[in-house]
Amino acid sequence: MAISFKVNGRSVSVDAAGDTPLLWVLRDILDLKGTKFGCGIGECGACTVHVKGVATKSCQLTVSRAAGMDVTTIEGLSADGSHPLQKAWVELDVPQCGYCQAGQIMAASALLKTKPKPTDADIDMAMSGNLCRCATYLRMRQAIHRAAGTSANNNE
Amino acid sequence: MNVDRRAFLRVSAVAGGGMLLGTYLLENGVAFAETLVPADAALGAFVRITPDGIVTIIGKNPEIGQGIKTSLPMCIAEELDVEWKNVRIEQADQGAPFTGQSAGGSGATPGNYIPMRQTGRAARAMLIAAAAQTWGVAESECTTEAGVVHHRASNRKATYGELSTKAASITPPDPASFTPDKLKDPKDFKIIGKRISGVDNPKIVTGKPLFGIDVTVPGMKFAVFEKSPVYGAKVANANLEVVKALPGVRNAFVVEGGTNLAGLLPGVAIVADTWYQAESARRKLVVQWAEHPTSQQSSAMFATRAAELAASAPATSMRKDGDADGALASAAKTVEGSYFYPFISHAPLEPQNCTAHMRADGKLEIWAPSQTPGSGRGMVAQTLGIDQTNIIIHMIRAGGGFGRRLSNDYMVEAAWIAKEAGVPVKLLWSREDDMRHDFYRVAGFHNFKGGVDANGALVAWKNHFVTFSGPTGQGLQGGMNANEFPARYVRNYDLGASPIAALGVPTGALRAPGSNGIAFAIQCFIDECAHAGGKDPLQFRLDLLAQFQADPPPAAGTGGRGGQGGGNPAEFATRMRGVLETLRDRSGWGKTTHPRGRGMGVAFHFSHRGYFAEVVDASVTRDGRVTVNKVWVVGDIGAQIINPSGAEQQVEGSVHDGLAQALYQQITFAGGKAVESNFDEFPLMRINNAPPVDTFFKLTEYQVTGLGEPALPPVVPALCNAIFAATGKRIRTLPLSTQDLRWS
Repeated sequence: MAISFKVNGRSVSVDAAGDTPLLWVLRDILDLKGTKFGCGIGECGACTVHVKGVATKSCQLTVSRAAGMDVTTIEGLSADGSHPLQKAWVELDVPQCGYCQAGQIMAASALLKTKPKPTDADIDMAMSGNLCRCATYLRMRQAIHRAAGTSANNNE
Repeated sequence: MNVDRRAFLRVSAVAGGGMLLGTYLLENGVAFAETLVPADAALGAFVRITPDGIVTIIGKNPEIGQGIKTSLPMCIAEELDVEWKNVRIEQADQGAPFTGQSAGGSGATPGNYIPMRQTGRAARAMLIAAAAQTWGVAESECTTEAGVVHHRASNRKATYGELSTKAASITPPDPASFTPDKLKDPKDFKIIGKRISGVDNPKIVTGKPLFGIDVTVPGMKFAVFEKSPVYGAKVANANLEVVKALPGVRNAFVVEGGTNLAGLLPGVAIVADTWYQAESARRKLVVQWAEHPTSQQSSAMFATRAAELAASAPATSMRKDGDADGALASAAKTVEGSYFYPFISHAPLEPQNCTAHMRADGKLEIWAPSQTPGSGRGMVAQTLGIDQTNIIIHMIRAGGGFGRRLSNDYMVEAAWIAKEAGVPVKLLWSREDDMRHDFYRVAGFHNFKGGVDANGALVAWKNHFVTFSGPTGQGLQGGMNANEFPARYVRNYDLGASPIAALGVPTGALRAPGSNGIAFAIQCFIDECAHAGGKDPLQFRLDLLAQFQADPPPAAGTGGRGGQGGGNPAEFATRMRGVLETLRDRSGWGKTTHPRGRGMGVAFHFSHRGYFAEVVDASVTRDGRVTVNKVWVVGDIGAQIINPSGAEQQVEGSVHDGLAQALYQQITFAGGKAVESNFDEFPLMRINNAPPVDTFFKLTEYQVTGLGEPALPPVVPALCNAIFAATGKRIRTLPLSTQDLRWS
């Protein structure tokens, strides 16, 4: 059954079983491999994308429920890696293995949309659903502050 | 006969201009692995310089997040004397001409720091020679700077790009002739020692396909592989016909497999058009597994047996110095403690996967995120009956290693399934596959007795280490070494060991193998001895390090790789005291008095050539909740930090990894099977629990060594010692989530 939705501003129609998680439609049907598989149960956040602008674990959303929605993946965050978070991530050398980082950046970019000047507590709240096995947490915190133009322990 | 393998350099021209500097090996003077690929093929050499001045350096080692793909090319670029912005990195395939293509044991840095610099220096010498010949001047009058050769006396200069084609005709010098004194003085370094961002970061932050899971081959299908949860049990029956009829399924078949837990095990493969179809089909798969002799093994059984063994004499004596029993009897004060650390899983975030294609030309092509692709080649060749030379292995960036990808089970599975299926196949494990079929950090039990004299000095140490033997009943697991500290630092020392059983669970190296458990037990019991002697725990350690016993000499088997005791006995005390004293000052040890519920703990450990001491500041609420406030780390890994950015990342990652192990992690077994299977049952560190880490590298005159592992072991006991300082509760069993830490 064809299911239609929007990915990175483009309308797509896919033929997949309705219970297929959006994650696998993105990766294996639409060839958007930036979104990663880590756990399949919504515990790790490697599959985080934006659905209607909200950070969403794409392994927990079936493609049938994504019908008609507007989805943004890491490939659609910016045309050329110029999102302030992407730039801060490279400048501060955030990734270690890098596997979780697309999900981390998608979670962080959703945060900055609602809280452009996040505090450490805001960052903890928004990012605690995303695991980094290499534990680049201190760098990610720094990079979010850099992208937001705030400083650590910002309590605005 | 000694085999003398030495690397030599060979140069050739690049089609369209430029030079390609490659290596080849001579074994006892005879060509061992002919190396140089055709000059227009990009990979197979270390350095390619083209007329546009771009220097392409081949990253030869697997990249698993440790930063080696950035740090080793930095060493070449430094000595070549080029600007980093003009350097590009390409990942090598596995195989000749490259050697040592593995990521493990924190070995790539010490093994390559000098050779990589020598290669860069040799390439630079050739460019200078090309310039000197062109200008008719002496090479000694030429200098280099930022990719340009200068002859200052005549005010002439030429870029490396301009010289690269001529340099292709210069006979390469022997890289070994560039002895360390002929390499750059570290004070002149422009790249080494600078914070360099990882070379793949631009791709990572934009979501480019980069990892094993992202590999796509034309015509590729997707596979899942269902193995017995009891390790190695054979397939008795499977409803293959039902599975084959499910949507998207192309094939389903039984893999006979063998009995080697590290090799191809029995199971059922399902091949489908998409991975999710294969995984969905697996939910309808019903397999009857054959009876298996280890199906009665369980964590409860291990614990019961370990307690019985602890009450009797050790089966094996590993080391005896002096008279520990006599010294305990006459000690001013004695303490006893039985310690346990559980099995744990590696849990890299990218589940195991591998893509393989049995091609029509008889070549087996493999795309593998592996830490030891060379070993994988051997196992695949042997299991599939294919000549090693007919296997091509592409090394793919791995989404975390931590020792899990030292094993190549996923590689042999993918190869077998692809061969049987007759199409290119990407095998991908689920998280549950990954956690239930790991090569776990083996659990261990340490039963200590210690004695201090009237001055509070350690005079007796006994440890009955209870562990497992291997799957065939041979040997002792756990990585305990007869020289492990405090051997040689206490006059009366007794280490014995007993095996619980031939273990039916696969085990393997996990980041700082051996050390990651041993350090917990030993450094916590040292704390117990310090308190028994009425001493400050950090000062007690300094005093103990001053007690080095010149005799007895170290038992056989000293080494630098694993825990392996003390490393070099002549250096150990000096270097460890050095880091401990610096740590005392940086952490403000002993200068702060905390109220009940908050405390600082200290520990040190040597592993993988690195000397690390760490302090943890932790709080425990009255109802037993632990918060780590801060961690201080001081490490001595020799004379130079190649990339401070990557180095700090390795330390911070190791610290948070170790804290998560201590706080939450265990794999338990019941009915021969792993119980925990995903992150809800096996938690990792999260950002809201990740404390700040103060990292300091104490530079010393010693060899430059690696950082993937040695910062992890001390943080576990430092946390447990901090909890004791905060609450008076002595932690002897991990993880902390199983312990009652309430103190009100």
